[in-house]
Amino acid sequence: MNYYWNWGIFWQVSPDGAHTYLELLLDGAVWTIATAFSSWILAFVLGSLVGVARTVPSPWIRRLASGYVDLFRNIPLLVQMFLWYFVLPELVPHAVGVWLKQMPNSSFYTAVVALGFFTSARVAEQVRAGIMSLARGQLLAALALGLTLGQSYRYVLLPMGYRIILPPLTSEFLNIIKNSSVALTIGLLELTASARAMSEFTFQTFEAFTAATIIYVVIALLVTLAMRLVEGSVAVPGYLGARAVAAKVK
Amino acid sequence: MFSNFDFDVILRSLPYLFRDGMSFTITLTVMAGSLGLVWGTVLALMRLSDFPPLTFLAAGYVNLMRSVPLVLMIFWFYFLVPYIGQWVTGASQPIRVGAFMSSLITFALFEAAFYAEIMRAGIRSIPRGQMAAAQALGMNYWTAMRYIILPQAFRNMVPVLLTQTIVLFQDTSLVYVLSITDFLGAASKIAQRDGRLVEMYLFAAVVYFAISYAASNIVRSLQSRIAIIR
Repeated sequence: MNYYWNWGIFWQVSPDGAHTYLELLLDGAVWTIATAFSSWILAFVLGSLVGVARTVPSPWIRRLASGYVDLFRNIPLLVQMFLWYFVLPELVPHAVGVWLKQMPNSSFYTAVVALGFFTSARVAEQVRAGIMSLARGQLLAALALGLTLGQSYRYVLLPMGYRIILPPLTSEFLNIIKNSSVALTIGLLELTASARAMSEFTFQTFEAFTAATIIYVVIALLVTLAMRLVEGSVAVPGYLGARAVAAKVK
Repeated sequence: MFSNFDFDVILRSLPYLFRDGMSFTITLTVMAGSLGLVWGTVLALMRLSDFPPLTFLAAGYVNLMRSVPLVLMIFWFYFLVPYIGQWVTGASQPIRVGAFMSSLITFALFEAAFYAEIMRAGIRSIPRGQMAAAQALGMNYWTAMRYIILPQAFRNMVPVLLTQTIVLFQDTSLVYVLSITDFLGAASKIAQRDGRLVEMYLFAAVVYFAISYAASNIVRSLQSRIAIIR
């Protein structure tokens, strides 16, 4: 293989004149994490609402919620990102569209919204699975005790449901970190985009991609380890381990 | 809002979108899916074997592929495949690899990790007694796998495998980052040429939605029909 390896490249100054290539990549990693966290909050809130809506007694709300899930699950993430970034500003009133286009960091906000809605459909499916995996008697008992439907969800169904679906939620969170790389298509300089930029500036393609791969693997490992600790502390006593249950409902 | 919506640009570009774009997307999905399934089954067998180095290798491969974004993998292989080709063929220069071959190799190797996990779950769901019975009948490992275990594992997992293939179908849109003319790439080229981003991207979304939604409904009905009654 006649490829010229140069691992010292990471300590050379990048074309912006102030940062080394290593700092360029780490800066990208920070954007990746920021995007993943922000969109996760959105995905978790929306996903919980929609997931609950898929289990309520009213058939109309259930149908609406399942339409939401179908919509966001059956369009590729990249297309959804383009819709939010290129199409939405044209469809809203002109002044709002101009504001959207001129917003600083608009690709970051767009990526957060796109990833958030995309992942919320997946989170909703997990939340629904968690609630459905509980015995029907739990809701009936809660209602018989005089709790309202809202209170039954708040105090009985959701606390159990979330604890059961923690492992699949962890993998959704890992997915959101990986999926944030799609935002490079709308100009967000996250980790993959930084590696790509570095490879274009230096032609040290394999060093750049190796570093990015290692950073992604390390982030995934850290998240997995942290979540394993959380899983241990919130595991429902008396269950065969939430892992087995999650595999069943999926 | 839709006052200057130009339906004509969609109609005009339909032949290009489907003959060039969608045929690329479908071919890539089917071929990468089949190759990925074969390689994924091999990986699953490796991971379930009693030989520790094989188990370790397969687990490492699967975990690596699953912790790295697909976009990064597409870039990796786009630059790496020419060098691998040079190494395999012994050429003096990195060989030239077409866009289709490059993305086919990427998706097959990447999706194999996901198919491997599905097949592993499928094989593990077969009762141990089946293997024991097959061996009692005088079958060796490969014969038992070929005629007893894999057909059942495959059948049990068909809905999950197909769902994963729908995900693959949607993921192929990411070849956009290599400026390849898949369905989205074709839509995007027309959109930028004619300045009709709204029409083309909405149309692309509708087409992807229609295909994925129809396919997942078919999978759902298939699931109830082929389930083995226990």
